[in-house]
Amino acid sequence: MKRERPQSFNTVPMKERMIIPRQDMPEQDAGLRSTNFLEVNLGLTPEQAIVEAQRCIECKSPTCMDGCPVNIKIPDFIQLICKEDFVGAAQKIKEDNSLPAICGRVCPQETQCEEICVMGKRFEPVAIGRLERFVADYAMQHGNGSTETFDKPASSGQKVAIVGSGPAGLAVASDLIKEGHEVTVFEALHEFGGVLVYGIPEFRLPKSILREEVATLEDMGVKFVKNFIVGRTMTIQELMADEGYDAVFLGLGAGLPRFMNIPGENLNGVYSANEFLTRSNLMRGYEFPEWDTPLYRAKHAIIVGGGNTAMDAVRTAKRLGADEASIVYRRSEEEMPARNEEIHHAKEEGIKFMNLVNPIEFISDDQGSVVAAKCLRMELGEPDESGRRRPVPMEGSEFVMDVDMVVIAVGNGSNPLISQTTPEIETNKWGNIVADEDGRTSMEGVFAGGDIVSGGATVILAMGAGRKSAVAINEYLKAKVGS
Amino acid sequence: MYKIIKAEFIAPNVKSFILEAPHIAKKRQAGQFIILRVHDKGERIPITIADSNTEEGWINIIVQGLGKTSAHLNTLETGDYLQDLVGPLGLPTHIENWGTLVCMSGGVGTAEALPIAAAGKAAGNRVISIIGARNKDLIIAEEQMAEVVDEVRISTDDGSAGRHGLVTDVLQDLIDEGIKPDMIVAIGPLPMMAAVSNQTKEIGIPTMVSLNAIMVDGTGMCGACRATVGGKTVFVCVDGPEFDGHQVDFKELGSRQKMYKKQEEESHKCFLERQMKKMKAEQMKEEVVS
Repeated sequence: MKRERPQSFNTVPMKERMIIPRQDMPEQDAGLRSTNFLEVNLGLTPEQAIVEAQRCIECKSPTCMDGCPVNIKIPDFIQLICKEDFVGAAQKIKEDNSLPAICGRVCPQETQCEEICVMGKRFEPVAIGRLERFVADYAMQHGNGSTETFDKPASSGQKVAIVGSGPAGLAVASDLIKEGHEVTVFEALHEFGGVLVYGIPEFRLPKSILREEVATLEDMGVKFVKNFIVGRTMTIQELMADEGYDAVFLGLGAGLPRFMNIPGENLNGVYSANEFLTRSNLMRGYEFPEWDTPLYRAKHAIIVGGGNTAMDAVRTAKRLGADEASIVYRRSEEEMPARNEEIHHAKEEGIKFMNLVNPIEFISDDQGSVVAAKCLRMELGEPDESGRRRPVPMEGSEFVMDVDMVVIAVGNGSNPLISQTTPEIETNKWGNIVADEDGRTSMEGVFAGGDIVSGGATVILAMGAGRKSAVAINEYLKAKVGS
Repeated sequence: MYKIIKAEFIAPNVKSFILEAPHIAKKRQAGQFIILRVHDKGERIPITIADSNTEEGWINIIVQGLGKTSAHLNTLETGDYLQDLVGPLGLPTHIENWGTLVCMSGGVGTAEALPIAAAGKAAGNRVISIIGARNKDLIIAEEQMAEVVDEVRISTDDGSAGRHGLVTDVLQDLIDEGIKPDMIVAIGPLPMMAAVSNQTKEIGIPTMVSLNAIMVDGTGMCGACRATVGGKTVFVCVDGPEFDGHQVDFKELGSRQKMYKKQEEESHKCFLERQMKKMKAEQMKEEVVS
């Protein structure tokens, strides 16, 4: 699709733009931040943001937008930054992404928009993520969220229930409230945000940012209901038949944490990443006993896994006071699914990486608490079905190390709640909900998107799925009125 | 916020709460539980639903003040509010007409066994209730139980009521009298459920226990509540809370329940100190006024 190029406000001559260095993200000092839960990245200054925006060479056919799962108008918002219209830039993003302050922090831009930025072919790509975060924060701090430009549309008289207040659900809510539907978000936990509140730590995404984004949606008219488990408190059928909801979106997120099925996994001190992070993030276990929920403070913690969740967990363990907090990963760093930035930050904070190591047993004291991990060293063999080289145990490499906490971060299965209570909705052999490209499930009027459909993925992919579903739900509702 | 319609002590340190919860009241079935938070910095704790009323929109829970959160909860009065309340959670009890059903309960477990006993009776079983407690004052829900079952038998550790001994002794009495239970449901403290399961395994009577594991979300997301049943890891919150007692690894569960013993003691101590300060401050205020 051909789109018009935005008006240019970049006064820097083209040749000079290429020699401007990519602006570094100001950070909290590594030694200091590994002892607190305050945000690591401090955000670009306005001066830095303008310089960074001026690095954009305004390609005739920009590729960056294609890399964005929600197709933010990246060239447009960058020009608005050059114009120093930061609020305008934030609003431009909000046309396509209702949670820019969050995505600017947690999106893996290096494998999306920034990966295919034309500048990146010869130089470093424009720091699109940092710019997104900057304008979103600026707009928030200056009381200029999207509500000011939000004209409440005429009511459609139709009701949509959104199940789950994570990234997928929030994206759907934002899009459908703009269409004039009555939108209610149901959340099982006592705070809104799903994985953004229980999974991602304060030092990567402050809760205050999330609360602001939710408050903006509330101002726009979205209703939020907490402590409500669809399937248990009320079934989908009851929502539609008794409560008059015309459509339902299921953004339930990933479900049951996976374990390794090795001896000693149920010992005290062995956590799933979900539990460890939930206790720390949602329940503020790091502020125990001021907050009631207890959490182990380990001397030597190991975190098994190599994804972003593993990085969040290991950096949390360090901040809780561990002398040694280590990643134990069965492949090499090259295969790690975690973002480079997270690995880099972890290393700066003194996290030890034990790559090509796999635990085979956890050993307990006489009280049933973990005191050691028996591990094997691995080497990489032929590529497996994921395309990554398969880790193979090395013979005679067994060793035992002392640990007093283990966090298993090897992914999640699916949540059985909906399939237990709504058999009409088709699920696949992994228990994920079967949905077409636009999120339609096998039950009429019920849509689904995010991790519950795709299996564990990223915040922005869930939002992308949510936005596609929102279009389909809107069409469905319009057709329903017409019929 | 969730209103406490009525709160009253029914035994020393054991309080009964009627909570406003119309949605939960409408949906809950025997064996299911809720999760609550007492205050805005509180932890999430699971408690089995003892009773409910759909028309009046309430549920009933029975709480023994053991740790910080339950002790704090038991300071709340009629008209106070809970911070959070969610449910019903867990799978409902599987009820059928087995023939003779024996419901064995200890401590506050009796309140939790009550709806199961009632459902068992409604399904056509002959239901015998065995209630155990440390002493006479700690027996709860005896009268309500007597209303729904065919027979109630009591045991106390000190002999102050019923048979001097344990619930397992009473079960042995039943069997010696020639009564052949077809199904046992045991609900109470872990050692009691373990002892019952041990006993009934030997004599070959199917036994269902309701496990009380530590939980956080209660919807299967975190895995805090995992237990080993039949050699496999289960999540008590979504796979239970009820399991075949003969298959449960009680030793592991017992140790998992004590995972935060040290922190719980610390938290409880902080709470008691705060309560003392509050009381002293109130006393001083009274003295100033008078």
